[in-house]
Amino acid sequence: MSDHQIGLTINGRRHVASVEGRMTLADMLRDDAGYTGVHLGCEHGVCGACTVIVDGRAVRSCLMLAVQADETEIKTVEGLAEPDGTLHPVQQTMREEHALQCGFCTPGVVMTLAALTSGNAQPSEESLLKALSGHICRCTGYQGIRRAAKRLAAAGSGDAA
Amino acid sequence: MKPAPFDYVAPTTISEACQVLADAGGGATVLAGGQTLMPLLNLRMSQPFIVVDINRIPDLKGIARADGGTRVGPMTRQADALADETLAKHLPVMVRALSHVGHHQTRNRGTVGGSVALGEPAAEMPATAVALGATIEVQSTRGTRKIPADEFYLGPYMTTLEPDELVTAIHYPDWPAGHVMLFREVAQRPGDFALVGVVGALVVDGGSVSRAGIAWFGMGPTPIKARQAEQALVGQSLSGIDAQAIAELAVADTAPFDDHHATAEYRRTVGKRIFARTLREALQIKEAA
Repeated sequence: MSDHQIGLTINGRRHVASVEGRMTLADMLRDDAGYTGVHLGCEHGVCGACTVIVDGRAVRSCLMLAVQADETEIKTVEGLAEPDGTLHPVQQTMREEHALQCGFCTPGVVMTLAALTSGNAQPSEESLLKALSGHICRCTGYQGIRRAAKRLAAAGSGDAA
Repeated sequence: MKPAPFDYVAPTTISEACQVLADAGGGATVLAGGQTLMPLLNLRMSQPFIVVDINRIPDLKGIARADGGTRVGPMTRQADALADETLAKHLPVMVRALSHVGHHQTRNRGTVGGSVALGEPAAEMPATAVALGATIEVQSTRGTRKIPADEFYLGPYMTTLEPDELVTAIHYPDWPAGHVMLFREVAQRPGDFALVGVVGALVVDGGSVSRAGIAWFGMGPTPIKARQAEQALVGQSLSGIDAQAIAELAVADTAPFDDHHATAEYRRTVGKRIFARTLREALQIKEAA
Protein backbone atom coordinates (compact mmCIF):
# COMPACT_ATOMS: atom_id res chain seq x y z
CA MET A 1 0.00 0.00 0.00
CA SER A 2 2.88 2.33 -0.72
CA ASP A 3 2.37 5.93 -1.76
CA HIS A 4 2.81 7.11 -5.32
CA GLN A 5 4.58 10.27 -6.39
CA ILE A 6 2.64 12.23 -8.99
CA GLY A 7 3.19 15.48 -10.81
CA LEU A 8 0.50 17.31 -12.74
CA THR A 9 -0.65 20.75 -13.80
CA ILE A 10 -3.68 22.21 -12.02
CA ASN A 11 -5.07 25.50 -13.32
CA GLY A 12 -1.75 26.23 -14.97
CA ARG A 13 0.37 25.56 -11.89
CA ARG A 14 2.62 22.56 -11.36
CA HIS A 15 1.55 20.40 -8.44
CA VAL A 16 3.42 17.44 -7.00
CA ALA A 17 1.92 15.11 -4.45
CA SER A 18 2.41 11.82 -2.71
CA VAL A 19 -0.84 9.88 -2.85
CA GLU A 20 -2.16 6.54 -1.73
CA GLY A 21 -3.39 4.33 -4.56
CA ARG A 22 -6.95 4.53 -3.29
CA MET A 23 -7.15 8.36 -3.17
CA THR A 24 -9.61 9.75 -5.71
CA LEU A 25 -8.69 12.67 -7.91
CA ALA A 26 -11.49 14.65 -6.26
CA ASP A 27 -10.03 14.16 -2.78
CA MET A 28 -6.55 15.02 -3.98
CA LEU A 29 -7.79 18.23 -5.61
CA ARG A 30 -9.75 19.26 -2.52
CA ASP A 31 -7.65 18.08 0.40
CA ASP A 32 -4.13 18.09 -0.97
CA ALA A 33 -4.21 20.90 -3.53
CA GLY A 34 -6.90 23.02 -1.87
CA TYR A 35 -9.27 23.36 -4.81
CA THR A 36 -12.46 23.07 -2.80
CA GLY A 37 -14.52 24.32 -5.74
CA VAL A 38 -14.51 20.63 -6.67
CA HIS A 39 -17.71 19.59 -4.91
CA LEU A 40 -18.37 16.05 -3.79
CA GLY A 41 -22.01 15.08 -3.76
CA CYS A 42 -22.58 11.38 -4.24
CA GLU A 43 -19.02 10.05 -4.64
CA HIS A 44 -20.23 7.41 -7.06
CA GLY A 45 -20.56 9.18 -10.36
CA VAL A 46 -24.23 10.06 -10.35
CA CYS A 47 -24.50 13.74 -9.40
CA GLY A 48 -21.81 15.41 -11.52
CA ALA A 49 -20.83 18.03 -8.93
CA CYS A 50 -17.16 16.92 -8.96
CA THR A 51 -16.75 17.35 -12.73
CA VAL A 52 -13.37 18.81 -13.72
CA ILE A 53 -11.54 19.09 -17.04
CA VAL A 54 -8.75 16.55 -17.51
CA ASP A 55 -6.67 17.04 -20.67
CA GLY A 56 -9.49 19.01 -22.25
CA ARG A 57 -12.33 16.69 -21.35
CA ALA A 58 -15.02 16.94 -18.69
CA VAL A 59 -14.78 13.95 -16.36
CA ARG A 60 -16.02 12.99 -12.93
CA SER A 61 -13.13 13.44 -10.52
CA CYS A 62 -14.66 11.02 -8.00
CA LEU A 63 -14.39 8.24 -10.60
CA MET A 64 -10.70 8.67 -11.27
CA LEU A 65 -7.81 7.89 -8.98
CA ALA A 66 -5.39 10.70 -8.19
CA VAL A 67 -2.50 8.46 -9.29
CA GLN A 68 -4.16 8.19 -12.72
CA ALA A 69 -3.87 11.96 -13.11
CA ASP A 70 -0.07 11.79 -13.14
CA GLU A 71 1.24 14.03 -15.96
CA THR A 72 -2.21 15.34 -16.89
CA GLU A 73 -3.44 18.91 -17.15
CA ILE A 74 -6.40 19.69 -14.96
CA LYS A 75 -8.74 22.62 -14.83
CA THR A 76 -11.09 23.24 -11.92
CA VAL A 77 -13.65 26.00 -11.52
CA GLU A 78 -10.98 28.08 -9.73
CA GLY A 79 -9.01 28.24 -12.98
CA LEU A 80 -11.71 29.73 -15.20
CA ALA A 81 -11.99 33.43 -14.32
CA GLU A 82 -9.27 35.90 -15.36
CA PRO A 83 -6.78 36.96 -12.69
CA ASP A 84 -8.56 40.34 -12.50
CA GLY A 85 -11.81 38.57 -11.65
CA THR A 86 -13.42 38.81 -15.08
CA LEU A 87 -15.70 35.83 -15.30
CA HIS A 88 -15.35 33.12 -17.92
CA PRO A 89 -18.13 33.37 -20.56
CA VAL A 90 -19.81 30.27 -19.11
CA GLN A 91 -19.78 31.77 -15.61
CA GLN A 92 -20.98 35.15 -16.88
CA THR A 93 -23.80 33.59 -18.90
CA MET A 94 -24.90 31.39 -16.00
CA ARG A 95 -24.91 34.42 -13.73
CA GLU A 96 -27.01 36.44 -16.14
CA GLU A 97 -29.49 33.62 -16.60
CA HIS A 98 -29.87 32.95 -12.87
CA ALA A 99 -28.62 29.41 -13.48
CA LEU A 100 -27.86 28.68 -9.83
CA GLN A 101 -29.44 28.88 -6.43
CA CYS A 102 -27.51 27.06 -3.70
CA GLY A 103 -24.53 26.64 -6.02
CA PHE A 104 -23.55 23.13 -4.98
CA CYS A 105 -23.88 21.58 -8.44
CA THR A 106 -22.66 24.72 -10.20
CA PRO A 107 -18.89 24.05 -10.49
CA GLY A 108 -19.61 20.74 -12.20
CA VAL A 109 -22.11 22.26 -14.61
CA VAL A 110 -19.73 25.11 -15.39
CA MET A 111 -16.85 22.75 -16.12
CA THR A 112 -18.92 20.61 -18.50
CA LEU A 113 -20.11 23.68 -20.41
CA ALA A 114 -16.60 25.19 -20.38
CA ALA A 115 -15.07 21.98 -21.80
CA LEU A 116 -17.65 21.79 -24.57
CA THR A 117 -17.41 25.44 -25.58
CA SER A 118 -13.63 25.81 -25.33
CA GLY A 119 -11.41 26.93 -28.17
CA ASN A 120 -13.08 26.83 -31.57
CA ALA A 121 -15.71 24.30 -30.53
CA GLN A 122 -19.14 25.18 -31.86
CA PRO A 123 -21.37 22.80 -29.94
CA SER A 124 -24.98 22.44 -30.95
CA GLU A 125 -27.69 23.41 -28.52
CA GLU A 126 -28.74 19.76 -28.47
CA SER A 127 -25.27 18.49 -27.54
CA LEU A 128 -24.98 20.99 -24.65
CA LEU A 129 -28.43 20.15 -23.32
CA LYS A 130 -27.66 16.42 -23.58
CA ALA A 131 -24.40 16.88 -21.71
CA LEU A 132 -26.34 18.53 -18.88
CA SER A 133 -28.03 15.17 -18.27
CA GLY A 134 -24.81 14.29 -16.46
CA HIS A 135 -25.58 16.81 -13.71
CA ILE A 136 -28.16 16.78 -10.97
CA CYS A 137 -29.45 20.11 -9.63
CA ARG A 138 -31.98 20.09 -6.80
CA CYS A 139 -32.82 23.81 -6.74
CA THR A 140 -33.26 25.43 -10.08
CA GLY A 141 -35.55 23.08 -11.97
CA TYR A 142 -32.81 23.38 -14.63
CA GLN A 143 -34.54 26.15 -16.58
CA GLY A 144 -31.88 28.78 -15.92
CA ILE A 145 -29.11 26.30 -16.67
CA ARG A 146 -30.82 25.34 -19.93
CA ARG A 147 -31.18 29.00 -20.93
CA ALA A 148 -27.49 29.56 -20.28
CA ALA A 149 -26.56 26.48 -22.31
CA LYS A 150 -28.73 27.62 -25.21
CA ARG A 151 -27.13 31.06 -25.18
CA LEU A 152 -23.66 29.53 -25.10
CA ALA A 153 -24.50 27.33 -28.10
CA ALA A 154 -25.80 30.36 -29.97
CA ALA A 155 -22.67 32.34 -29.10
CA GLY A 156 -20.69 29.60 -30.81
CA SER A 157 -17.72 29.75 -28.52
CA GLY A 158 -16.39 30.55 -25.13
CA ASP A 159 -12.68 31.13 -24.84
CA ALA A 160 -9.91 28.72 -23.98
CA ALA A 161 -10.95 26.65 -21.01
CA MET B 1 -17.33 6.85 1.23
CA LYS B 2 -13.73 6.18 0.28
CA PRO B 3 -12.19 3.02 -1.19
CA ALA B 4 -10.60 0.45 1.12
CA PRO B 5 -6.79 0.32 0.75
CA PHE B 6 -5.35 -1.60 -2.19
CA ASP B 7 -2.10 -1.96 -4.06
CA TYR B 8 -2.13 -0.02 -7.32
CA VAL B 9 -0.15 -1.18 -10.34
CA ALA B 10 -0.15 0.33 -13.83
CA PRO B 11 1.53 -2.03 -16.32
CA THR B 12 2.44 -0.67 -19.74
CA THR B 13 2.22 -3.88 -21.77
CA ILE B 14 -0.40 -6.60 -22.13
CA SER B 15 2.01 -9.35 -21.09
CA GLU B 16 3.00 -7.43 -17.96
CA ALA B 17 -0.67 -6.99 -17.05
CA CYS B 18 -1.33 -10.71 -17.59
CA GLN B 19 1.60 -11.55 -15.33
CA VAL B 20 0.22 -9.34 -12.54
CA LEU B 21 -3.21 -10.96 -12.89
CA ALA B 22 -1.67 -14.45 -12.84
CA ASP B 23 0.45 -13.68 -9.76
CA ALA B 24 -2.54 -12.17 -7.93
CA GLY B 25 -4.38 -15.50 -8.01
CA GLY B 26 -7.80 -13.88 -8.28
CA GLY B 27 -7.18 -11.04 -5.83
CA ALA B 28 -6.76 -8.40 -8.52
CA THR B 29 -9.34 -6.25 -10.28
CA VAL B 30 -8.75 -4.65 -13.66
CA LEU B 31 -9.39 -0.90 -13.81
CA ALA B 32 -10.43 0.17 -17.31
CA GLY B 33 -12.41 3.42 -17.58
CA GLY B 34 -13.51 3.09 -13.97
CA GLN B 35 -17.03 4.38 -14.48
CA THR B 36 -18.47 1.25 -12.85
CA LEU B 37 -15.52 -0.02 -10.81
CA MET B 38 -14.81 3.32 -9.10
CA PRO B 39 -18.35 3.61 -7.67
CA LEU B 40 -18.03 0.02 -6.42
CA LEU B 41 -14.68 0.84 -4.80
CA ASN B 42 -15.97 4.11 -3.31
CA LEU B 43 -18.98 2.30 -1.85
CA ARG B 44 -16.72 -0.54 -0.69
CA MET B 45 -18.90 -3.04 -2.50
CA SER B 46 -15.65 -4.15 -4.12
CA GLN B 47 -12.47 -4.47 -2.02
CA PRO B 48 -9.72 -5.94 -4.20
CA PHE B 49 -6.17 -6.44 -2.89
CA ILE B 50 -4.68 -5.17 -6.13
CA VAL B 51 -6.07 -2.76 -8.72
CA VAL B 52 -4.48 -3.28 -12.13
CA ASP B 53 -4.84 -0.05 -14.08
CA ILE B 54 -4.68 -0.82 -17.82
CA ASN B 55 -4.98 2.82 -18.92
CA ARG B 56 -1.26 3.04 -19.66
CA ILE B 57 -1.17 0.13 -22.15
CA PRO B 58 -1.10 1.68 -25.65
CA ASP B 59 -1.78 -1.66 -27.39
CA LEU B 60 -5.28 -1.79 -25.90
CA LYS B 61 -6.44 1.44 -27.55
CA GLY B 62 -7.82 2.34 -30.94
CA ILE B 63 -10.12 1.17 -33.69
CA ALA B 64 -8.85 -0.48 -36.87
CA ARG B 65 -10.07 -2.52 -39.82
CA ALA B 66 -8.91 -6.13 -39.50
CA ASP B 67 -9.85 -9.62 -40.73
CA GLY B 68 -13.00 -8.65 -42.59
CA GLY B 69 -14.31 -6.59 -39.75
CA THR B 70 -13.57 -3.89 -37.24
CA ARG B 71 -11.25 -4.42 -34.30
CA VAL B 72 -11.97 -2.25 -31.29
CA GLY B 73 -9.26 -2.00 -28.66
CA PRO B 74 -10.96 -2.48 -25.28
CA MET B 75 -9.47 0.73 -23.85
CA THR B 76 -11.01 2.86 -26.58
CA ARG B 77 -12.98 5.53 -24.72
CA GLN B 78 -16.69 5.49 -25.43
CA ALA B 79 -16.48 9.16 -26.46
CA ASP B 80 -13.75 8.36 -28.99
CA ALA B 81 -15.68 5.40 -30.38
CA LEU B 82 -18.76 7.61 -30.66
CA ALA B 83 -16.82 10.04 -32.87
CA ASP B 84 -14.93 7.37 -34.84
CA GLU B 85 -15.33 7.47 -38.63
CA THR B 86 -14.56 3.77 -39.14
CA LEU B 87 -17.35 2.78 -36.77
CA ALA B 88 -19.74 5.33 -38.28
CA LYS B 89 -19.08 3.88 -41.73
CA HIS B 90 -19.06 0.16 -40.97
CA LEU B 91 -21.07 -0.24 -37.76
CA PRO B 92 -23.44 2.70 -37.44
CA VAL B 93 -25.53 0.82 -34.90
CA MET B 94 -22.54 0.81 -32.55
CA VAL B 95 -22.45 4.60 -32.71
CA ARG B 96 -26.18 4.79 -32.07
CA ALA B 97 -25.86 2.45 -29.08
CA LEU B 98 -22.85 4.35 -27.71
CA SER B 99 -24.84 7.58 -27.63
CA HIS B 100 -27.03 5.92 -24.98
CA VAL B 101 -24.15 4.73 -22.78
CA GLY B 102 -24.04 6.84 -19.61
CA HIS B 103 -23.48 10.57 -19.95
CA HIS B 104 -21.04 12.77 -21.86
CA GLN B 105 -18.82 13.00 -18.76
CA THR B 106 -18.73 9.24 -18.12
CA ARG B 107 -18.16 8.43 -21.82
CA ASN B 108 -15.03 10.59 -21.66
CA ARG B 109 -13.51 7.97 -19.32
CA GLY B 110 -15.62 4.85 -19.84
CA THR B 111 -14.35 2.33 -22.37
CA VAL B 112 -15.97 -0.01 -24.88
CA GLY B 113 -14.08 -3.02 -23.52
CA GLY B 114 -14.85 -2.19 -19.91
CA SER B 115 -18.55 -2.26 -20.63
CA VAL B 116 -18.30 -5.41 -22.77
CA ALA B 117 -16.21 -7.23 -20.15
CA LEU B 118 -18.37 -6.22 -17.18
CA GLY B 119 -21.56 -7.75 -18.54
CA GLU B 120 -24.23 -5.51 -17.05
CA PRO B 121 -27.36 -7.13 -18.52
CA ALA B 122 -29.14 -3.80 -19.11
CA ALA B 123 -26.16 -2.12 -20.80
CA GLU B 124 -25.93 -1.35 -24.50
CA MET B 125 -22.39 -2.56 -25.32
CA PRO B 126 -22.72 -6.24 -24.33
CA ALA B 127 -26.01 -6.61 -26.22
CA THR B 128 -24.57 -4.86 -29.28
CA ALA B 129 -21.63 -7.28 -29.29
CA VAL B 130 -24.02 -10.23 -29.06
CA ALA B 131 -26.34 -8.87 -31.76
CA LEU B 132 -23.59 -8.14 -34.27
CA GLY B 133 -21.82 -11.47 -33.72
CA ALA B 134 -18.67 -9.98 -32.18
CA THR B 135 -15.77 -12.08 -30.91
CA ILE B 136 -14.03 -11.23 -27.65
CA GLU B 137 -10.30 -11.85 -27.67
CA VAL B 138 -8.67 -12.50 -24.30
CA GLN B 139 -5.17 -13.19 -23.12
CA SER B 140 -3.50 -14.62 -20.04
CA THR B 141 -0.10 -16.11 -19.25
CA ARG B 142 -1.71 -19.41 -20.30
CA GLY B 143 -2.36 -18.18 -23.86
CA THR B 144 -5.10 -16.53 -25.87
CA ARG B 145 -8.77 -17.35 -26.50
CA LYS B 146 -11.44 -16.05 -28.83
CA ILE B 147 -14.93 -16.19 -27.37
CA PRO B 148 -18.10 -15.48 -29.36
CA ALA B 149 -19.97 -12.68 -27.52
CA ASP B 150 -23.00 -14.93 -27.62
CA GLU B 151 -21.21 -17.44 -25.34
CA PHE B 152 -19.40 -14.88 -23.18
CA TYR B 153 -22.19 -13.89 -20.80
CA LEU B 154 -23.29 -16.26 -18.02
CA GLY B 155 -25.30 -14.01 -15.71
CA PRO B 156 -25.41 -10.49 -14.28
CA TYR B 157 -21.76 -9.31 -14.20
CA MET B 158 -20.70 -12.92 -14.77
CA THR B 159 -18.78 -13.90 -17.87
CA THR B 160 -16.55 -16.73 -19.02
CA LEU B 161 -13.55 -14.45 -18.44
CA GLU B 162 -11.20 -16.12 -15.92
CA PRO B 163 -9.68 -13.99 -13.13
CA ASP B 164 -6.26 -14.10 -14.82
CA GLU B 165 -7.55 -13.15 -18.28
CA LEU B 166 -7.55 -9.72 -19.89
CA VAL B 167 -9.76 -8.66 -22.81
CA THR B 168 -7.38 -7.57 -25.57
CA ALA B 169 -9.79 -6.83 -28.43
CA ILE B 170 -13.40 -6.95 -29.52
CA HIS B 171 -13.75 -7.99 -33.12
CA TYR B 172 -16.97 -7.03 -34.90
CA PRO B 173 -17.59 -8.82 -38.22
CA ASP B 174 -18.64 -6.71 -41.18
CA TRP B 175 -22.24 -6.19 -42.04
CA PRO B 176 -22.56 -5.23 -45.73
CA ALA B 177 -22.91 -1.57 -46.65
CA GLY B 178 -26.54 -0.56 -46.62
CA HIS B 179 -27.57 -2.96 -43.89
CA VAL B 180 -30.49 -1.91 -41.75
CA MET B 181 -29.89 -1.02 -38.12
CA LEU B 182 -32.26 -1.65 -35.26
CA PHE B 183 -32.05 0.25 -32.01
CA ARG B 184 -34.48 1.37 -29.36
CA GLU B 185 -34.41 1.57 -25.62
CA VAL B 186 -36.77 2.68 -22.88
CA ALA B 187 -35.10 4.21 -19.82
CA GLN B 188 -36.41 6.36 -17.00
CA ARG B 189 -33.96 9.18 -17.72
CA PRO B 190 -31.37 9.77 -20.45
CA GLY B 191 -28.15 7.99 -19.48
CA ASP B 192 -29.83 5.48 -17.18
CA PHE B 193 -29.57 1.77 -17.79
CA ALA B 194 -32.38 0.60 -20.02
CA LEU B 195 -35.53 -0.94 -18.59
CA VAL B 196 -35.93 -2.61 -21.97
CA GLY B 197 -33.82 -2.30 -25.09
CA VAL B 198 -33.28 -3.95 -28.44
CA VAL B 199 -30.34 -3.64 -30.80
CA GLY B 200 -29.38 -5.32 -34.04
CA ALA B 201 -28.79 -5.36 -37.76
CA LEU B 202 -30.58 -6.82 -40.78
CA VAL B 203 -29.42 -7.36 -44.33
CA VAL B 204 -32.09 -7.01 -46.99
CA ASP B 205 -31.26 -8.59 -50.33
CA GLY B 206 -33.60 -8.56 -53.31
CA GLY B 207 -36.63 -7.68 -51.22
CA SER B 208 -36.12 -10.25 -48.49
CA VAL B 209 -34.11 -10.53 -45.30
CA SER B 210 -30.89 -12.51 -45.81
CA ARG B 211 -29.19 -12.03 -42.44
CA ALA B 212 -30.33 -10.95 -38.98
CA GLY B 213 -28.54 -10.30 -35.70
CA ILE B 214 -30.70 -9.03 -32.86
CA ALA B 215 -30.26 -8.93 -29.09
CA TRP B 216 -32.16 -7.64 -26.09
CA PHE B 217 -30.78 -5.78 -23.08
CA GLY B 218 -32.56 -5.39 -19.76
CA MET B 219 -34.62 -8.45 -20.56
CA GLY B 220 -32.91 -11.09 -18.44
CA PRO B 221 -29.74 -11.98 -16.55
CA THR B 222 -27.55 -11.45 -19.64
CA PRO B 223 -27.88 -9.80 -23.01
CA ILE B 224 -30.20 -12.16 -24.89
CA LYS B 225 -30.03 -13.08 -28.54
CA ALA B 226 -33.46 -13.06 -30.17
CA ARG B 227 -32.83 -16.37 -31.91
CA GLN B 228 -36.39 -17.29 -32.84
CA ALA B 229 -37.03 -13.85 -34.30
CA GLU B 230 -33.78 -13.98 -36.27
CA GLN B 231 -34.69 -17.37 -37.70
CA ALA B 232 -38.19 -16.24 -38.59
CA LEU B 233 -36.88 -13.13 -40.34
CA VAL B 234 -34.20 -14.74 -42.50
CA GLY B 235 -35.65 -15.68 -45.87
CA GLN B 236 -38.79 -13.61 -45.32
CA SER B 237 -39.83 -11.15 -48.01
CA LEU B 238 -40.43 -7.66 -46.66
CA SER B 239 -44.05 -7.78 -47.77
CA GLY B 240 -44.58 -11.00 -45.82
CA ILE B 241 -43.20 -9.84 -42.47
CA ASP B 242 -45.70 -9.72 -39.62
CA ALA B 243 -43.85 -7.45 -37.19
CA GLN B 244 -46.20 -8.25 -34.33
CA ALA B 245 -45.72 -12.01 -34.71
CA ILE B 246 -41.93 -11.63 -34.92
CA ALA B 247 -42.00 -9.46 -31.79
CA GLU B 248 -43.90 -12.23 -29.96
CA LEU B 249 -41.18 -14.69 -30.95
CA ALA B 250 -38.49 -12.26 -29.88
CA VAL B 251 -40.01 -11.81 -26.42
CA ALA B 252 -40.39 -15.60 -26.07
CA ASP B 253 -36.59 -15.85 -25.87
CA THR B 254 -36.30 -13.41 -22.95
CA ALA B 255 -36.28 -13.99 -19.19
CA PRO B 256 -37.01 -10.61 -17.60
CA PHE B 257 -37.40 -10.19 -13.88
CA ASP B 258 -39.12 -7.86 -11.44
CA ASP B 259 -36.98 -5.22 -9.82
CA HIS B 260 -37.63 -1.86 -8.20
CA HIS B 261 -37.62 -0.15 -11.61
CA ALA B 262 -40.13 -2.30 -13.46
CA THR B 263 -41.93 -5.64 -13.41
CA ALA B 264 -41.14 -8.53 -15.73
CA GLU B 265 -44.62 -8.15 -17.20
CA TYR B 266 -43.94 -4.47 -17.97
CA ARG B 267 -40.70 -5.40 -19.69
CA ARG B 268 -42.38 -8.08 -21.80
CA THR B 269 -45.23 -5.77 -22.78
CA VAL B 270 -43.02 -2.81 -23.62
CA GLY B 271 -40.43 -5.08 -25.23
CA LYS B 272 -43.01 -6.48 -27.61
CA ARG B 273 -44.17 -2.99 -28.56
CA ILE B 274 -40.73 -1.51 -29.13
CA PHE B 275 -39.55 -4.58 -31.04
CA ALA B 276 -42.47 -4.45 -33.48
CA ARG B 277 -42.21 -0.67 -33.88
CA THR B 278 -38.45 -0.75 -34.41
CA LEU B 279 -38.74 -3.51 -37.00
CA ARG B 280 -41.51 -1.69 -38.88
CA GLU B 281 -39.64 1.60 -38.89
CA ALA B 282 -36.35 0.02 -39.95
CA LEU B 283 -37.90 -1.94 -42.81
CA GLN B 284 -40.49 0.71 -43.59
CA ILE B 285 -43.33 -1.76 -43.44
CA LYS B 286 -46.84 -0.87 -42.38
CA GLU B 287 -48.72 -2.10 -39.35
CA ALA B 288 -51.14 -4.90 -40.14
CA ALA B 289 -54.71 -3.57 -40.41
